Amino acid sequence: MDQKRQSTFDAILGVLVLVGMIAALYMAFLQAPQEKTMGDLQRIFYFHVPSAMMGILAFSVNFAASLMFVIKKDRRWDNLALSAGEIGVMFISMVLITGPIWAKPVWFVWWTWSPRLTSSLILWMLYVAYLLIRAYVPDPDRRAMVSAVFGIVAFVDAPIVWFSIRWWRDIHPSPMLETGGLSSAMRPAFYACVAAFLVLFLYVIRRRYFLESTRYEVELLERKVGA
Amino acid sequence: MNSMGFLFSAYSAIWVILAIYLFSIHSREKKLRSEVERLKKMLESKNHKL
Repeated sequence: MDQKRQSTFDAILGVLVLVGMIAALYMAFLQAPQEKTMGDLQRIFYFHVPSAMMGILAFSVNFAASLMFVIKKDRRWDNLALSAGEIGVMFISMVLITGPIWAKPVWFVWWTWSPRLTSSLILWMLYVAYLLIRAYVPDPDRRAMVSAVFGIVAFVDAPIVWFSIRWWRDIHPSPMLETGGLSSAMRPAFYACVAAFLVLFLYVIRRRYFLESTRYEVELLERKVGA
Repeated sequence: MNSMGFLFSAYSAIWVILAIYLFSIHSREKKLRSEVERLKKMLESKNHKL
């Protein structure tokens, strides 16, 4: 895709993000009914859960791209892995902030060391470590390989986070779609929010990948100038 | 803080994180674009000398 087409596509995607987010907010605040026991506080769920889903999706992309880099040794896979890793940290940061804000009035504590919460915090810390490793290894080829291996190993925690509320007893709410905890009146708002976050995910990962490609271009030009 | 306060805080946190991240991408992109231009000019002048 040439530069002009790419910019047009990014602009369209940007507009879609904006429209999607406005629609998601409308659905979450005005369309979805008020929950009986938690009241309006339950509306945090409409952005908290999609953030968590996008975080796990980003780390899955990081895992697949890291694996591809180890096999193919192509720098583009490393660029994608880094982009996905950074975005995953952003989404899980949202989760780790909005979760305790919801928990305080419902559980009467900001934080508890339950399996879901603990494994989520570990996941966030693992990918922060992944980004720090990248920052502290100066050689680009070595950095790409070390972080790819780390990314593959770190991903072990992602399924643990996902399945923790199914495997162990947890204070965290059970998966609402599977257990029927989410009423049919609330589902359209939830699906609208997931769709909006998915478009946001695509937009951000494209922008971040483009940034990393430009960094690679700088690296190649520096080599040429220095040669 | 009442439930509306908690709700407002949670949504604000999401928007602030997103805004900071998008701004950081934009500023890094801008910096790298100017670096590409600078290096291209350097390379051009180097090729002219040769």
